[in-house]
Amino acid sequence: MTRRLAPILFVAFLLAAWEGACRVLHVPAYLLPAPSQIAGALVEAGPLLALSAWGTLSTALAGLALAALIALALAFGAALRPIVEDAFAPVAAVLQVTPVIAVAPLVTIWAGIEHPGRAVTALAAVIAFFPIYSGAVAGLKAADPDLSRLFDLHGASGWQRLWRLRLPSALPAILEGLKVAAGLALVGAVAAEFVAGSGSSQGLAWRMLESFNRLQTARGFAALAVLAAMGVALHAALGAAEARLLAWWRGR
Amino acid sequence: MSIASLQAVEVDYPRGRALGPVDLALAAGEVVALVGPSGCGKSTALRLLAGLEQPTRGTVSRAAGKGETSVVFQAPTLAPWMSAAANVALPLELAGMQKAQARAKAREALAKVGLDGAQDARPAQLSGGMAMRASLARALVTAPRLLLLDEPFAALDEITRRALADDVLALCAVLSPAVVFVTHNVEEAVYMAGRVVVLTPGPGVVAGEVAVEGPLVRPAGFRTTAAFRQTVEAVSALLARPPQSASPTAPPAGEHPGAGASGSSPAGGGGPKGRRGTAP
Repeated sequence: MTRRLAPILFVAFLLAAWEGACRVLHVPAYLLPAPSQIAGALVEAGPLLALSAWGTLSTALAGLALAALIALALAFGAALRPIVEDAFAPVAAVLQVTPVIAVAPLVTIWAGIEHPGRAVTALAAVIAFFPIYSGAVAGLKAADPDLSRLFDLHGASGWQRLWRLRLPSALPAILEGLKVAAGLALVGAVAAEFVAGSGSSQGLAWRMLESFNRLQTARGFAALAVLAAMGVALHAALGAAEARLLAWWRGR
Repeated sequence: MSIASLQAVEVDYPRGRALGPVDLALAAGEVVALVGPSGCGKSTALRLLAGLEQPTRGTVSRAAGKGETSVVFQAPTLAPWMSAAANVALPLELAGMQKAQARAKAREALAKVGLDGAQDARPAQLSGGMAMRASLARALVTAPRLLLLDEPFAALDEITRRALADDVLALCAVLSPAVVFVTHNVEEAVYMAGRVVVLTPGPGVVAGEVAVEGPLVRPAGFRTTAAFRQTVEAVSALLARPPQSASPTAPPAGEHPGAGASGSSPAGGGGPKGRRGTAP
């Protein structure tokens, strides 16, 4: 019970200290709004922020789905033919180390200036790609060697081996990769929105830029809080889905 | 006619010699125990017989075809995402049998190993002994001519291991495949086999072999008979010999100091030759 309460109490303490410091030191609201002011802005701009959050979230999820499709297809290819893995290795490495911010303007040009939403989806997919791909590749190789020998012994085809041994063996690693990638896709979507804009949906990044540029700092913080809450909720939802699937997989 | 044989077989790994040269022939229906210290290449020999590995030199002959060989590994090696019945049906389905027919055969095989009630259970819900029984059912479901058991009871407690040993022997008596049983436990080897082949430490060569008298389905109290104790002594003596003096034709010599039995080895000549050899 104490362990459950500890993080809540600690966060409450931080907020109280922040609030107290703002009031005692008379910090101007445009510089650092007090939590109460942020809460006020959150209530006031709530519907607008919720709409923006949905825009960003749906773009991030679309990017995640796109990344999962491509990454899993490539990982299966790599599992069936090692040469595919070798051929793709440098590209995967480049995709992993490239900062999304650096390629965002380029992707925006490619997507067409009138389609910033496409650019954001593509950039979310780029950043979400690597954890799914590397998780799947590692998982597809992680089959029990003795179980693999059993498949040898009974003359399994490459397809039987992939479908009945390697894919089920890889499931935990694939789920873990998807969970990590989901958080990254959200980060990627927001980062891309900063550079590319977010089109007609006007995502959270756009709300932040707008608020901070107008020195509506409290509203900017409110948008930030919505983004953080969304990230935590997404992670928790995927964690719960992963736990349920793994429980089924393990038979418990 | 032999079901499978190794002729002057040697296996080299990048780290060095792993096994051999070894000669070993298996007659149909006979149960051979392969005994030796850790790292002597017992499991390698088993994989050669299974056709899962190729020798560096020498010849492996296998009369049993691809679907006619089964292996039981040290761990149950069941797929956690499949039910017990699906695991047992797997070899049949891989060979192209219809799913319904394979499942029916799997249920029969599970009943034979005493797991009638656990067909839909997942491996995680089975105890260690039950999982090993399921693994055994999977090996027997194809009615193999050659059954290879790689230290199958190593992870089990003594009571489970003894119960399972009797069940394996009873099942083998019915199906009569040729069996190779790898173990490093001398008593278990003598209990399970009609013939015990002893490998030397290091890259193993055959140190000698000892025939075990008695019916394959062991009568109660078999472990306490004088014949059993004497055979255990003889095998222990072969194991205890220094590796450099080992040759396939030399008779067993010396006594194993740790055997704990009072009777002297029936085949033993000469005095104790000292410690169990561990140096390659």
